[in-house]
Amino acid sequence: MSAPKPAPGDRTVIGITFGNSNSSIACTNDDKAEVIANEDGDRQIPTILSYVDGEEYYGQQAKNFLVRNPKNTVAYFRDFLGKDFKSIDPTHNHASAHPEDANDTVAFTLKDKAGEDDAPSTLSVAEISTRYLRRLVTSASEYLGKKVTSAVITVPTNFTDKQKAALIAAAADANLEVLQLVSEPVAAVLAYDARPEAEIKDKIVVVADLGGTRSDVAVVASRGGMYTILATAHDYEFAGAALDKILVDHFAKEFMKRNAGVDPRENARSLAKLKLESESAKKALSIGANASFSVESMAEGIDFASTINRLRYETIGRTVFEGFTRLVESVIKKAGLDVLDVDEVILSGGTSHTPRIAANLKAIFPGSTTILAPSTSATAINPSELQARGAALQASLIQEYESEDIDQSTHAAVTTVPHITNAIGAVSVSESGEEVFVPIVPPETAVPARRTVIVPAPKNGGDVLVKIVEGNTHIKVTKPEPKANGDSKAAKVEDAGDSDSDFSDDEEEEEEKREKVWKIGATLAEAGIRGVKAGSKVEVSINVNADLSVTVTTREVGAKGGVRGTLSA
Amino acid sequence: MATVTVSLPLPSLPEGWLAEKDFKPIGKITKDGAIARTIEPIGPHFLAHARRARHKRTFSEDDRIQAQERAKNVEENDDGDISETEDPMMLQREAKDWKTQDHYKVLGLSKYRWKATEEQIKRAHRKKVLKHHPDKKAAAGRTEDDQFFKCIQKATEVLLDPVKRRQFDSVDEEADVEPPTKKQLQKGNFYKLWGSVFKSEGRFSKNHPVPTFGDDKSTKEDVENFYNFWYNFDSWRTFEYLDEDVPDDNENRDQKRHVERKNANARKKKKAEDNARLRKMLDDCSAGDERIKRFRQEANAAKNKKKLEREAAEKKAAEDAKAKKEAEEKAAKEAEEKAKLDREAGKKAKEAAKNAVKKNKRVLRGSVKDANYFVSGDASPATIDAVLGDVELIQAKIDPDEIAALAGKLNGLKVADEIKTVWTEEAQRLVGAGKVKEAELKAFKA
Repeated sequence: MSAPKPAPGDRTVIGITFGNSNSSIACTNDDKAEVIANEDGDRQIPTILSYVDGEEYYGQQAKNFLVRNPKNTVAYFRDFLGKDFKSIDPTHNHASAHPEDANDTVAFTLKDKAGEDDAPSTLSVAEISTRYLRRLVTSASEYLGKKVTSAVITVPTNFTDKQKAALIAAAADANLEVLQLVSEPVAAVLAYDARPEAEIKDKIVVVADLGGTRSDVAVVASRGGMYTILATAHDYEFAGAALDKILVDHFAKEFMKRNAGVDPRENARSLAKLKLESESAKKALSIGANASFSVESMAEGIDFASTINRLRYETIGRTVFEGFTRLVESVIKKAGLDVLDVDEVILSGGTSHTPRIAANLKAIFPGSTTILAPSTSATAINPSELQARGAALQASLIQEYESEDIDQSTHAAVTTVPHITNAIGAVSVSESGEEVFVPIVPPETAVPARRTVIVPAPKNGGDVLVKIVEGNTHIKVTKPEPKANGDSKAAKVEDAGDSDSDFSDDEEEEEEKREKVWKIGATLAEAGIRGVKAGSKVEVSINVNADLSVTVTTREVGAKGGVRGTLSA
Repeated sequence: MATVTVSLPLPSLPEGWLAEKDFKPIGKITKDGAIARTIEPIGPHFLAHARRARHKRTFSEDDRIQAQERAKNVEENDDGDISETEDPMMLQREAKDWKTQDHYKVLGLSKYRWKATEEQIKRAHRKKVLKHHPDKKAAAGRTEDDQFFKCIQKATEVLLDPVKRRQFDSVDEEADVEPPTKKQLQKGNFYKLWGSVFKSEGRFSKNHPVPTFGDDKSTKEDVENFYNFWYNFDSWRTFEYLDEDVPDDNENRDQKRHVERKNANARKKKKAEDNARLRKMLDDCSAGDERIKRFRQEANAAKNKKKLEREAAEKKAAEDAKAKKEAEEKAAKEAEEKAKLDREAGKKAKEAAKNAVKKNKRVLRGSVKDANYFVSGDASPATIDAVLGDVELIQAKIDPDEIAALAGKLNGLKVADEIKTVWTEEAQRLVGAGKVKEAELKAFKA
C-alpha cells in the first residue's frame, strides 16, 4: 500500500511519540499543544499489544496481560523496527512474546485469532507496529471527532535511514501519512520554546531523555529558535527498567524475609506481578515520599504488602542515579563544552519524574543553569509529554504545506549550513577600564544569522568606537589561596562562585572557582560613530551571510543614518 | 530575535582615528572556524530559515514579504464578504412565513448560496444577531420587534442542519441558472452559458468531482465523459421542503395519512419532472454542441480514410499478385521452350554421333577388308572370321570418340601392314588398359 497523500486542506494532524515503552499522541488546540488521553484515560500509552481469544488489546490493558497471557503479548518492539535479527537486543522481551528470526527481519509468533484450531500467526515487527499505530490513530480520531490523516512522529537521534523508512512504511500501512520525522530531543526543546511566555534566546540546551529501556542525551545549540544537535549519547543500561529491577529485587528480598525459601523471581507469573507493582511504586515515589506495595497471591498463594520511602529508594538506586549524571556529563564533554556553557537542562521521558535525578543534575551544573524538571521548576512541562507536544506543534506548523514542500524544506541542502565556531562581538570597557568582550553572535550559530545588541555609549557622549572582534571562551580555574592571604580574592570567590560550590570533586580538598571567561580574538572591523549625545545608546547589528561575509551596521539609537560596512568572506 | 541590551559602555573614539565613511574593515571570520552542521528541521524559526534559503531571500526581504502576507490575511478575514445591504421588504417579514423566505438572503449570503461554508454561515449568523437582537431594538424604544430576529434564527437553524439545508438547497430557485435561449446562443458564448448551467446543476450530484463542461478545445474523451456523467446523473435533490404541512393532531389520523401520501406522491412527481427537465436540457445542449458534430465528422473522415486506404491496399495487392503470376508464367514458358530446344539438339547430336559411329565402324571394317584381311590371295573364311571377330571386339570395347580417332588413323591407309600395325597397337592399348584380354584376340596379337 502506498502512503496516503491527503491534500493539505484535508489533513487532520497529530503528533505521535512512538516509544519503546510508552507512546503518546498529541494535538494542537489554538496553537497550544495538548496530549490526548486514550479511551482508558491514559496519556502515556504502553507500547504493548496483546491478543486474548482473538481480541486485540493495547496500552495499559495489554500491559496487564503481561501477567496472565505473556506469550500472546508483545512489548518493547519499537526498537526492532527496520533492524535485522542479528542486531537486536531482546533482553526486555524476556517476559513477553519472544522475537524470532524471519528472513533476517524480526517477527513474533502470536495467537491472534479466536478459533481453537487456528495456528498462531507469525507477525513481522512492521505488522505489529502498524497495528499499534492504527490503535493510536483510532484513539486520536475518536478524541478529535475527525479522521486523523497525517502525523509528525518523533524518533531517537540514532534511528537509521532504514529504521525511519520502516516506520514510515508501517504508518502508511496504518493509513497514516507521516508528514515528517523529528528527533526526540529537539521536539522536547520545541515544546518548551513554543510556550507563549518563552523568549527566543541563544542558548545551549542539554536534553536528557530518560525512558523505560534506554536513555538518550543530546546537547542542542538553540540559536534564534533554530536547533543544532552538537552531540548525543545513548545508554541502554541506565534507564527506567534498571530502577524497576532494583525495586523488584528489594521487594523480593522483603518477601523472602517473611517467607523463607520462596523466591517470587523464580516464577514467571510472580515476577510479572512484582514488576508491574514495582513500576507503580516507582511512579508513586516520584510524587510522594512514601509508596505502598501490595500484591495478592504474589507467590504460592501468599499475599504480600509492604511500603518503601523515598530515602530508601534513593539509597538502593544510587548507582543508577549516578549513572544518569555521568551520562549527562559525558555528552557535554563529547560536545567539547563545559557545564558552565549549558544554559538549560530539559528532562524528558517518564523516568525524569524522579526527583533525585533532577537534584543530582542541579548539583553538577552552575546555578545559572535552569533545570527543567517537575521537581525543580514549577513551570516545567510534564516530561512524559514533551516530545508528543513538540511533534504536535511541528505538525500544526507544516500541515498546510504540500508534502513536496516539506521534503524540499527538510532537504540536506537547506538543513546543512555552516556554523561559526568563534563568537562575534563588540568590545566594551569595564569599570576598571579593561576591554571586555560583548558577544553578539554566539558560537555554533548557523549562518545566515542576524543579531542586534544595544550598548550604551560613554557617559559623556562624543565620538564612539565600535570594535567588532571574534571571541571565544575558556574556563578559568582559580585555586583559592589560604584565607589569610588575600581578602579581595576570597570576596571574588564569594560573589561569583557560590553557584559552583557544589561542584568540586577534584583531587584537591580545597574548593576551586571555575568561571567562563570571554577572550578577545582577532579584530574584524572598527567603526566610528561621531557626535553621540551624552547618555545615549548605540545599536550594533551583525549580519553573517551564508558565504560567511559579515555586514556590520552601527548607529545611535533613535538617530538616522549610521555606519555600515561589509567584510568579504 | 529580540534585541539584547548590554550594560557596559563602548569606548570613546581614540584621538586621530580616521577611516573612509567611518568604517575600517580589518579582518575576516576565520574560515576554518565554520563547521557544516545539520540544523534540525523543526520549529517556526527553522521554517523561516527554509523559506529564506529556498527563495534565496535575505532577512529583511523575508521580513517585508511576510509582513505583506500577514497584512493580506487580515484583509481576507474582514467580514466584508457577508455584509450585504438588507432589503427593507425583507426586514418586514413575519417569522411564521419561514417556508417562503430565502434563508441565504436573510443571512446576507445570497452571493454564496449552496457554496457557503458552515464557517461563513456561523459568522453571518453572529453578525446578524449582533445587529438585530430584540434587546437592542428594545433599547431603541421598539419593543416586541423580534420578527426578523426569528427569521434569522430560523434561517440559521435550516442552514446549519445538513439535512434541512439540502432540502432547502433542492428548491432554492435563486441558485438555478436558466438554460440559455436560442437568442442568447446566437451571440456565441455557447460554452460559457451552458457551462454555468451545468455548474449550478452539478450541486445536486451525489458523485464528485462533477466533470466540467469544458470548451472548444476539450478532447473527445472529456466531452464523452461529460455527457455520460450527466445522462447517468445521480441526484440528491429532494422536494420535501415543498411538502404540505402534515396536521399534527392525533385525532384525525386518516387526514394525516392522506396528507402524507399526497406529499409522497407530490415528491415523486416532482422528482420525475426534475429528471425529465434535466434530460431535456441535456438533449438541447448536446444538439447544439458543435464539438459533438465535429467529433462525428472527424470520426467519419477517419473511417472514410481507412476505407480508402484499405481499397488502395487491396488494389495494389491484386496488381502485385497479377504481375507476379505473369512473371512466373513467362519464366515457365521460357524454361519449357529451352528444354524443348535442348531436347531436339540432343536428339540431333545423338543421331549424328550414331551416324558417325556407324560410318567409322564402316571405315574400320573397310580397312581390314582393304587390307584383304592381312593375307595375300584369297582369305580363308576362318581368317576373315577371326579378323572381323577382333574388329567387332575392339569396336565394342571403345567409345565413339576412340572409334572416330581410330577411323582417322585408318583413313587413307592402303598398305596392309600399316593397317595391321594400327589395329595391333589399338588392341595392345586395350589389353594394357585391361579392357580386352590377350586370349580373346585372334588376329591382332602382338
